[in-house]
Amino acid sequence: MYGTILTVGDADAQHDPAGRAASPASPEEPTPVEVADGQWALWEVFTQEAQGAPHEHAGSVRATDAEHALQNARDVYGRRGRVLSMWVVPTGAIRATTPDESAPFFEPGDDKPYRHPHFYKVPRGVRGL
Amino acid sequence: MTQTLAPTPSAPSVPPPAPAAALRSAASDDGDEARRLAEFEARIARGESIEPRDWMPERYRRQLVRMMSQHAHSEIVGMLPEGNWITRAPSLRRKIALLAKVQDEAGHGLYIYCGTETLGVDRHELIQELLTGRAKYSSIFNYPTLTWADVGVIGWFVDGAAIVNQTALAKHCSYGPYQRAMIRVCKEENFHKKQGYESIATLAAGTPAQKAMAQDAVNRWWWPSLMMFGPPDDASPNTAELMRWGIKKYSNDELRQRFVNLTVPQAQAVGLTLPDPDLRLDESTGNWQIGPIDWAEFWAVVKGDGPCNRERLAARNAAHDEGAWVRAAASAHAAKQAARAQGAPRAA
Repeated sequence: MYGTILTVGDADAQHDPAGRAASPASPEEPTPVEVADGQWALWEVFTQEAQGAPHEHAGSVRATDAEHALQNARDVYGRRGRVLSMWVVPTGAIRATTPDESAPFFEPGDDKPYRHPHFYKVPRGVRGL
Repeated sequence: MTQTLAPTPSAPSVPPPAPAAALRSAASDDGDEARRLAEFEARIARGESIEPRDWMPERYRRQLVRMMSQHAHSEIVGMLPEGNWITRAPSLRRKIALLAKVQDEAGHGLYIYCGTETLGVDRHELIQELLTGRAKYSSIFNYPTLTWADVGVIGWFVDGAAIVNQTALAKHCSYGPYQRAMIRVCKEENFHKKQGYESIATLAAGTPAQKAMAQDAVNRWWWPSLMMFGPPDDASPNTAELMRWGIKKYSNDELRQRFVNLTVPQAQAVGLTLPDPDLRLDESTGNWQIGPIDWAEFWAVVKGDGPCNRERLAARNAAHDEGAWVRAAASAHAAKQAARAQGAPRAA
């Protein structure tokens, strides 16, 4: 019954002598994904729940590498058989706008009503436009 | 202009945990801080969702971390009382339902840990707090599951109470990641309640011994389930602040009353009695009035003197320790896979 909890991304690898494998064994051997603060790296999970639907953010998991992240994401966000497809992305790889600067950043799109159809007038009675 | 989504400890604009009043007076020294607080409270008033990167008062962040981490811990510890009965479920049908339910509780804990991490909290630290007994979790899970009927009553009462709480959060909570996690939880929780009620209805319609077992479980779980909603409004130190900031929409007593009103007819429908001689329908309000709750018992359990506090903590620690080799193996496997992908010589 504890099988699920084992995948909690709380590996105290850096504190646990048995967990030394989390650190590179030699300078040539790369660390799969950065391990910080004694736990596995954070991954963002995106799921597609219907054919043709976009992938939507579901949440996050902690995992050692991409394959592991997908397995954990399936167990956490796909237990009900609704998921058709799943993406995992290292959290640090996502660039995002900041709330403070989002207004000026998106402002160029705010004052162009001529990009919307209701900006244009059509003679009365004309249909199909 | 842009930044990565990697969790960053939130900038401690107000370093110590300040009560709201102190926070406001400190902010008044700083026009920018005061302006931000006013903007924040206006957003709450408009019913907007607060997202991880938005400015928020430090006190709001701390209240969320406290509430969400206790909630996550409750999901994790909540696996233990029922997990106790998986190997002894009376049929395969009941066993697969219980296995799936207990696995869901693990998932719910992970949804909420994930949400808590958006507030710049280290998940590892939260889990250490649970394992070392510094963290709180719902007091209901410190009661023992003595018979099979307890499993059904937990689904019916405990998950039923949780649904009442969580539905309010899913509809109204001002913090986006918590609110979205609650939507996910509520979708799954309804099965928990229904399988529990089905199990109890079956026992209640069974032999006299089965019905007596169901009634005994109801008698033992009713009052602790009502305590799940927390202390009464006049003794709940956090409620006013949580409601002011839109984290909670309803008070503890309002949610408790909603649960009682839902549950009384369900008990009547299967011929079971709730152990409260004062229980009566108030015709004027439509509410079922309950007798006094033994808050001394509640506080004793919260403070660590419930029937199973030590046992639960020991079981959680044992599970964590016994899983250490799995975590180490996963790390070793990932390191080896990465080395192979880089074309490095294979380690012997």
